[in-house]
Amino acid sequence: MTTVMIDTGNYIAAKAAVMARPDVVAAYPITPQTTLVEGIANYVKSGEFKGDYICVESEHSAMAALIGASATGVRAFTGTSSHGLLLMHEMLHWAALARLPIVMCNINRVVGPGWNIWSDENDSISQRDTGWIQFYCSSNQEIFDTVIQAFKLAENVNVSLPVMISYNAFILSHTSMPVYVPEQKEIDAFLPKRKPKWKLEVDNPITFGNIILPAEYEKVRKEMQNAQEYAKKLIPEIAMDWKKRFGRYHGDLLELYKCEGADHILLSMGAIGAESKVAIDNLQKNGLKVGLARVRTFRPTPQEEILKLSKQADLIVIDRNISVGSEGALFNEVKGSLYGKSDAKVHGFIAGLGGKDVTFRDIETMCKKAMNGKTKDHQIWYGLEEV
Amino acid sequence: MKKYDVVTTISYPVKGAMGKTGNWRVFKPILDKKKCVKCLRCWIFCPEATVIRNKDDTVDIDYEYCKGCGICADVCKVKAIVMEREAKKK
Repeated sequence: MTTVMIDTGNYIAAKAAVMARPDVVAAYPITPQTTLVEGIANYVKSGEFKGDYICVESEHSAMAALIGASATGVRAFTGTSSHGLLLMHEMLHWAALARLPIVMCNINRVVGPGWNIWSDENDSISQRDTGWIQFYCSSNQEIFDTVIQAFKLAENVNVSLPVMISYNAFILSHTSMPVYVPEQKEIDAFLPKRKPKWKLEVDNPITFGNIILPAEYEKVRKEMQNAQEYAKKLIPEIAMDWKKRFGRYHGDLLELYKCEGADHILLSMGAIGAESKVAIDNLQKNGLKVGLARVRTFRPTPQEEILKLSKQADLIVIDRNISVGSEGALFNEVKGSLYGKSDAKVHGFIAGLGGKDVTFRDIETMCKKAMNGKTKDHQIWYGLEEV
Repeated sequence: MKKYDVVTTISYPVKGAMGKTGNWRVFKPILDKKKCVKCLRCWIFCPEATVIRNKDDTVDIDYEYCKGCGICADVCKVKAIVMEREAKKK
């Protein structure tokens, strides 16, 4: 029987992680992730979590411990945020190159200085080239469902890559929402025990991470790319399987919302993606033909789907991040997906950095400005630049 | 031995996986068996396992893989091992 749990994004993520039955959790607390690892610690106390919980001395060690654990063939989970994620950077590359299916929640938080604990995507965006699959969630239910699905995706032998599930600081991490929680046996049926692609074991000694010559190294990178491409096909399959079993669906690589007949489509991620739905409802009520494509996976990038949308409509992109010296990361990806294949205009906005609130009214204003042609294809800093 | 179907950096135990490392050597350990007291310190300390222990606890050096680090000569209490510069090949 499905139960309803009303709790914060972090406690929901803890519940999902424990129900996925990881063998090892290694974590170091950092605001606003703290209550996630605290939640798992509570399940250690209650006996619901039966794996090993390792309290490490830093995030670098947390990921290093999980690389060791995952290399022995078991299931591993952690959570972090902002500076913690950045401290892991070297180990993130390591986990992906080793093809270890570690699952981690990252609570999107501003990078300092100045010291700021609010929501901003620059922490996870700056990890985009590590080889990790990246999801961005927009509700607590989506966090729960994505954590479980992430293990299935990561552990698939054709993917065998780590998965990062990002969600917004406080907006989701500390906000309570009702979430449908299936029975443990239903989760177990969906997510069987991990069958590792390779593992360290005493009876069959191997070494991992030894010297590798240039020609061989290039093949390793190509295989990672193939794995991400395979994930593009597998993510929709897993999402449909979940829908069939549990009746819930949050989209696959993208979540399309009221895109039928739209001549403009808004692309956004995370909590702004959820807020955008309210804006789209209001704009459509006023007769504007604008729909929403909420980007769930930043890696793999849904290039083909974005190109398809551009055949129907001009695109508007809101980034809660900035690759300084270039532009918003999603804006960049969207334009790259279209190059040479589409004449659609792409309007970009930077909004909500440093945790600045982005309301549905802000989103409506941005959409209207883009639709009136006032942005002239450039990227606009919403609230800082007049258009 | 089980082999894995995965393209990543896995190496399986095999002698000389990185080739004949003996040609890295600049200094060569020369053992004087008459001085050797069979204490086996060289055998214990050799980081590359290229000191071969015989049944009677005498030792030999595997020059195909010895990199010439000199640890064996350093730990030898009776100075039975000396390091000599490799002769230049003509």
